[in-house]
Amino acid sequence: MRMPAILLLLGVLILRAGPAAAADPQLVPDVSQSDIEIRYSFAGETILLFGAILYPDRKLPDEDVDIVIVLKGPSVPITIREKRQIGGIWMNAEAVGMRSAPGYYAIGSSRPISDIVDERTAAIYELGLHNLQLSPTGFTSPDQLQRFETGLIDLNRRTRIYSEDASAVSIREGVLYRASMTVPARVPVGGITAQTFLISHGKVLAVASRDITVRKTGFERFIAMAAQKFGFFYGLVAILLSLAFGYAASAYFGRR
Amino acid sequence: MDLYLPIANLSVNALVIIGLGGLVGFLSGMFGVGGGFLTTPMLIFYGIPPTVAAASAASQVTGASVSGMMAHMRRDGVDFRMGGVLVAGGIAGSLLGAWLFRLLTALGQIDTVIGLGYVLLLGTIGLLMARESFTAVRAVRGGKPVRVKRRRHHPLVAALPMRWRFYRSGLYISPIAPLLLGALTGVMTMLLGVGGGFILIPAMLYLLGMGTQVVVGTSLFQIVFVTMASTMTHSLTTHAVDLVLAVLLLLGSVVGAQFGARFAVKVKPEYLRLALSLIVLLVAARMAWGLGIRPDEIYSVQAP
Repeated sequence: MRMPAILLLLGVLILRAGPAAAADPQLVPDVSQSDIEIRYSFAGETILLFGAILYPDRKLPDEDVDIVIVLKGPSVPITIREKRQIGGIWMNAEAVGMRSAPGYYAIGSSRPISDIVDERTAAIYELGLHNLQLSPTGFTSPDQLQRFETGLIDLNRRTRIYSEDASAVSIREGVLYRASMTVPARVPVGGITAQTFLISHGKVLAVASRDITVRKTGFERFIAMAAQKFGFFYGLVAILLSLAFGYAASAYFGRR
Repeated sequence: MDLYLPIANLSVNALVIIGLGGLVGFLSGMFGVGGGFLTTPMLIFYGIPPTVAAASAASQVTGASVSGMMAHMRRDGVDFRMGGVLVAGGIAGSLLGAWLFRLLTALGQIDTVIGLGYVLLLGTIGLLMARESFTAVRAVRGGKPVRVKRRRHHPLVAALPMRWRFYRSGLYISPIAPLLLGALTGVMTMLLGVGGGFILIPAMLYLLGMGTQVVVGTSLFQIVFVTMASTMTHSLTTHAVDLVLAVLLLLGSVVGAQFGARFAVKVKPEYLRLALSLIVLLVAARMAWGLGIRPDEIYSVQAP
């Protein structure tokens, strides 16, 4: 449906790029939706990320290119707590703070990341869950930090807030690429940055990004906003509702 | 039918929550308790964050208790003076509870405290109730009349200074005792999302020595007001009351409560009490199991 449009765009850009373009190829990315709306039936969403690789100077398409797509939600400071058995009870013991943990992170690529780039490049561009810059605070040893980071990644992987998929992206003839990636129901509200990396022979040739907005709409948005901003009225409504329900049921059943 | 909860930030099966509310409502109508002690743990088992569970369960207790309270008011079964003192204590208690809630959340121990609180509270009350009702059932079966203990308040209550007359309850005691009792249930309502009926009723009977004809009505009166106060406190402090979740629970529980109340008439009260005590013990055991075994998730994340 939108593929013809992208081909048209591709054509226009090729014409415009002309001889003045840089020697490196460029990316023209797009997403199937730039708005994710959380409504009453929201149970996650699959979005399609696609685009074209532009080769300047009518260079032939390079067959040895890789595309890596990173979806990243807003980073927030968090505290990770570790449970330990104390006096027979499993309770939170040690804690490590992280200044910037993404609330959502999904990485999709055409091959495993380790086959595409070396570790240093992966770390620079934060490619892969183990290369996230979490900016820890208040840890005592590298061992402890390692443990907590692994714990966090493991936990978020299972709730599908973090994900890695080495076969999410498919590239056609070195020119067109597409990937479908899932945004889980627990995605935090805010902006998601969709970054597309064009990589060839271990070198990042081009980076392009698109923004996706995640927001609650309609009723859900109203409720969340009211709970935060108008606590008193929100509480009043909750109380009146519960009284009304109790009264209505007893009145209805009392008559029969 | 999946429904997104705007405060809990996750989607749940609406029918499961309504069914849960209905089941709890049925039990609460049958036993004359609010049922919060079942709702909160079950919501937690289902995957709702404990804070949201405790905050939203309180409004369900209000709904389930209000019809009972009205029925007792019509029969003149509420001691308003005693109820007023209990409510005053309860509101103070829920403010104290809110402070404790914030402190424990900051320390990362709120979940453990909720779990431990349930185990200790339900375990103790369940055991006491089971023992009492078991003896009663045996006595009824043997055809012997149950010995009625002479009603009197606890010596500690008698030692408190300043005395008020509570005519409906037939008491002349210090208001400090019901005030403290109310405060205790207020703290519990805030932390655990329970109404506190199952601790209030025995305490009114055996500690204060209130007349049996006003105990249930007065306890419901206090529960309605204190759960309302705690819903409000949660709305103002933790912002964790999920209206969608609360409405789903209410929908099931107010209907379930009516059926439960009808069913209760057909069953002997001793058997009812025995059954309730077994349910209470079961919940306590499940909570204890959850604290004792290695949890699925060792790590947990807290955003500020």
